Amino acid sequence: MSVKMSSRQVGDVTVVDATGRITLGEGASVFRDVIRDLAAKGNKKILVNLADVSYIDSSGIGEMVSSFTTVTNHGGQLKLLSLTKRVKDLLQITKLYTVFEVFEDEASAVRSFA
Amino acid sequence: MAERKLLLDSTLDSVEVAETEVLGAAREIGFHEDDLHQLGMAVRESMVNAVVHGNRYNARKKVHLSVTKAADRLTIVIADEGDGFDVNTVPDPLAEGNLLRQSGRGLLLIRAFVDEFQVLPGQPRGTEVRMVKYLAKAS
Repeated sequence: MSVKMSSRQVGDVTVVDATGRITLGEGASVFRDVIRDLAAKGNKKILVNLADVSYIDSSGIGEMVSSFTTVTNHGGQLKLLSLTKRVKDLLQITKLYTVFEVFEDEASAVRSFA
Repeated sequence: MAERKLLLDSTLDSVEVAETEVLGAAREIGFHEDDLHQLGMAVRESMVNAVVHGNRYNARKKVHLSVTKAADRLTIVIADEGDGFDVNTVPDPLAEGNLLRQSGRGLLLIRAFVDEFQVLPGQPRGTEVRMVKYLAKAS
């Protein structure tokens, strides 16, 4: 199963709920397209909820980093919410914990954008 | 030691085939869920390297997969028929200036998820990746 993504507004924060696998091919490209589209439409506060993402490979990580850069270049912020242990491990191995702001609960994450 | 060899096409479907093959062998030996996940990732990353970077999706080139079961370990060899590459030329993805690069983390993840990892020149050409994961070191 590839990744499915849907977005909702919580105040002025756009929360993107991702479900499935972010891997080379459709999964990674869907992730990239959704985030780029949000950034292009002027969304500057983007919170990606990865609670239901079961698997990310190096291509998926690459798209997450690329999306982070895209949003930043548009003057916005991209943060991550509710990582599974395996995804946390990936961010630690790749040192991307030093790049992404990561939150355990949505309310704290939303407040952090203020 | 039981060895099984497969000759795979240079397609992304072969990534799934290789992962399924390796995980089946790993389950028979008795690897647990977290180790299966790590093995699966290492195999996927190696297969993607072979198909995409090694053989460049060339339909005339194959990926050679070998899976060898022993009581205490699983040995996986993945070889492509590409032009080969020097592993020392791959930029360090953990260097400060490389953290925001989109690609280049595959080898890092493979090293993290298996106990032994070697990249060798293929015979007669290409690149051969040899990975070993030990049951005793698992869990």
